[in-house]
Amino acid sequence: MSAPENPVVLEARELTREFDGVTVLDKFSFQLRKGEVLGLLGANGAGKTTAMNMLLGLTLPSSGRIEVFGKELQQNRIEILKRTNFSSAYTALPGNLYVWQNLAVFARIYGVPNAKQKIAELLELLEISDLSKRVTGQLSAGESTRVNLCKAMLNDPELLLLDEPTASLDPDIADKVRKFVQRMQKERNIAILYTSHNMKDIEEVCDRVIFLHKGKVVAEGTPKDIVERSAQTSLEDVFIKIARSGDVEEG
Amino acid sequence: MNFRIISALVLRYLFLYTRSPMRLVELIFWPVVDLMVWGNLTLFLQENTNHEFGQFLTFLIGGMILWDVLFRAQQGVAISFLEDVWTRNLLNIFVAPVRTAEYVAATFAVGFLRICVTVLVLCGLAAMSYNFNIFRLEWSLIPFFLNLLVFGWSLGMISTALILRWGQAVESLAWAVPFFIQPLVCVFYPVTKLPAWMQPIAQALPATHVFEGMRDVLNPAVHHLNMQSMFLAVGLNIVFMAIAGFIFTSMLNTTKKRGLLTKFATQ
Repeated sequence: MSAPENPVVLEARELTREFDGVTVLDKFSFQLRKGEVLGLLGANGAGKTTAMNMLLGLTLPSSGRIEVFGKELQQNRIEILKRTNFSSAYTALPGNLYVWQNLAVFARIYGVPNAKQKIAELLELLEISDLSKRVTGQLSAGESTRVNLCKAMLNDPELLLLDEPTASLDPDIADKVRKFVQRMQKERNIAILYTSHNMKDIEEVCDRVIFLHKGKVVAEGTPKDIVERSAQTSLEDVFIKIARSGDVEEG
Repeated sequence: MNFRIISALVLRYLFLYTRSPMRLVELIFWPVVDLMVWGNLTLFLQENTNHEFGQFLTFLIGGMILWDVLFRAQQGVAISFLEDVWTRNLLNIFVAPVRTAEYVAATFAVGFLRICVTVLVLCGLAAMSYNFNIFRLEWSLIPFFLNLLVFGWSLGMISTALILRWGQAVESLAWAVPFFIQPLVCVFYPVTKLPAWMQPIAQALPATHVFEGMRDVLNPAVHHLNMQSMFLAVGLNIVFMAIAGFIFTSMLNTTKKRGLLTKFATQ
């Protein structure tokens, strides 16, 4: 858990994005503090992928401002990306290389000292040391996810963006991934922005969540608070309620 | 520009080539087929024409080898980019601390390495099979090679920019762009043989001056390089590189503004 006095690592101010006259994200503001895991939730089309892409500098906002480590993102992109990393269920490392080759390339990009040792440590931590000499394209979904996480931890990021890291994983591997994320947060005090459609992930991993609906924030707080406030029995029920009515409050 | 990052990206392509021997075959197979077609045609024409004209015909083989310099340089840039798209690795690169210039520089380096492999093989084979010694071009080889390399890079950047903007639907441009300009740069015939309206367009392309220069050097009646045309090629290359850089940067910004980069990279 992050203390409220921890420094702000990521801040979005009135982030708005329009595509062809349609507002997909509307004045989205939030802060993410050091050591905090913030869940970004919403049904498909709610605006969370657009938000994530803007926070990574892959999509430019129509208006609003993003600051990471107290610096404006676009002006200081390279400096910020050195201290940040990203893992998504929808990206992959080149499938025709060995796992160690892919990790060695990214270690070099990030300028990781003692890269060989670092890679071995991370593979060990994620319980995939045996995959080092396997061809990346031949890995299962669970193995690929953990190799991607290994890539995401190479530079010891202070900010980690995880886009549906447990998508299409079996419960055992999903649990291992959650435990890994929790361990990284606890041991390294990383700020983590986490998107998922798996509410178990969110309840277990996130300190705080933001629900988006049609580009607007409709609920914000700890998972427990939001469930209580909406008079639902679980976060999954809250998700369904918001997806169908766009509102979290009872009545 | 950070050399470590460029070398990391180049290392990735080297890993790719060592992992997939078929890629090396691709680097060598098609150029060798081309060389054999043009080499055998040259031999046939040499045997059936007068001696002087026969000597002159060696420009067909020279043209083929130098064309490959341009083509492989363009492919080095465009195909390296497409490799990242095909393997869904593009986002990993764009969210890493890699400057656009570093990414482009790495693809240039890959283009250069690809040319070295292909041209070495072709030159060896041309010398053994068709008695064509590329070093007959002497020192003019250097400006020829460099001008074609840089023009190939520019074409590679333009192809990549178009693919970046319009997505995988237009990825065949990676192969089509060089062949679109091939008739204009007069690889196998003098610029004067083009229709009159095409000639000014051809003269505006740096590669045309290289192929014209090559024919001058190989022609026993001329056998010298017109340095003025080489300086013109260098000037045109600077203009093309600036245009290619502008198009690439503009397309990348448009892609980011329209939110197309992630769609394209994950489709």
